[in-house]
Amino acid sequence: MKPAPFDYFAPTTLDEVFELLSKYGDDARVIAGGQSLVPMLALRLARPEVLIDLNRIPSLAGISEDGGTLRIGAMTRQARALASDVIRNRLPLLHQALWNVGHPPTRARGTLGGSISHADPAAETPMVMMAYNASMVIAGKDNERIVEAGDFTLGTFETCLEDGEILKEIIVDAPRSDEGIGFAELSRRRGDFAMVSAAARLRLNADGTCADAHLIIGAVAPVPLRCDAVAQALVGTEPTEQRLREAVGLIDLDSFSFDNPEVSLAYRRHIAPTLAFRALAQAAGKASGLHT
Amino acid sequence: MNKHRVALTVNDKAVSMLVEPRQSLADALRGELGLMGTHLGCEHGVCGACTIVVDGDAVRGCLMLAVQAEGAEVTTVEGASPAVGLSEIQAALREFHGLQCGFCTPGMVMVLHHLFTENPSPSEDEIREALSGQLCRCTGYQGIMNAAKAVSARHGRLNDQPTQTPPDTTGI
Repeated sequence: MKPAPFDYFAPTTLDEVFELLSKYGDDARVIAGGQSLVPMLALRLARPEVLIDLNRIPSLAGISEDGGTLRIGAMTRQARALASDVIRNRLPLLHQALWNVGHPPTRARGTLGGSISHADPAAETPMVMMAYNASMVIAGKDNERIVEAGDFTLGTFETCLEDGEILKEIIVDAPRSDEGIGFAELSRRRGDFAMVSAAARLRLNADGTCADAHLIIGAVAPVPLRCDAVAQALVGTEPTEQRLREAVGLIDLDSFSFDNPEVSLAYRRHIAPTLAFRALAQAAGKASGLHT
Repeated sequence: MNKHRVALTVNDKAVSMLVEPRQSLADALRGELGLMGTHLGCEHGVCGACTIVVDGDAVRGCLMLAVQAEGAEVTTVEGASPAVGLSEIQAALREFHGLQCGFCTPGMVMVLHHLFTENPSPSEDEIREALSGQLCRCTGYQGIMNAAKAVSARHGRLNDQPTQTPPDTTGI
């Protein structure tokens, strides 16, 4: 339970990070909050020769708002984001989901960018970023590129980050203030890995019909599942309990693939519609509260 | 692999230690500084026995590398206890049977120490949330909860005070 030996660098600028990454290539790993990577080092599931620590680069952390656009530095701690008024008011789905990310002591170190880059299929933040159609700012030695959240995660622990690149920042256009959100998750204990989780956004027209909806389901397949069929079925109709229950019947259960002794595929398929219903019902309830 | 010299403050004392990059902060506190109060249980962030306070946050001592603590202010259970006798939290844990074997206790004490520093009279839900990441295999947690609630009540906890706790996401 002790990591294999490695060398350690704590650069203070991004230029130094990219220099180190190009020098050490595959032998190097960057460490953000370390709440997933350090256990992997301890279990020797990861054995890098070199660790490049991002914790000494102040420009990578912070939350700023410019007009309707929020920029969240990749090294922003989960606990800071959870305590942020800007996040609570402008990205309430992220605020609510963060209560389910680990525990207070892991959120104190764990970062949003680290969690997204780690790409654990049971993680909440990648789902939320998909639900918000966030943009991921990826930085390399001489280039910067932007990838949509839905294209960032490629599989279990797999992202579109190329060698020498890191996730630098997350850009989210804050949704309209009359939008309702919902998040539902089932895990054995609060903060444990999700068996299934569901994130929803929903907005109503003046006549009470659904104007816009988003539903993402996590922890059922290597990549969070965007359920556009459910969302489309809701648009233009009044989101009554019966209507929501019918709509979650359109979740593509065939695309679920996770099946293990702890949580079977059958059970995930069994509870996903219920959690999706709860997330959508929360969102619809909040949206209707914002209308009256 | 090169060793690194790390200078930090531990329990209000400036200290310096020579560590391998792979050493966790909890290991270094015990092995290099002889502060055996911090316990290592699982060594991969699950059990919470190694919880310490770093720069004002309760963190897992096993999930932070000692080299990352350069310049940090660290409080361990030794620093959260008086030179003689028990702290209020420790005394309450004893009074309410909040420990049996005692292995998880340093982590429990540090989480509660941090909680009561931030919020002298937390609600039951806030205590529950603070303790949510700590494992205890003896007590069934109720004694620990009772101890923390008693400390909160002594600090003047009123039942109608607002709380900052997670929403019910299971909806059950």
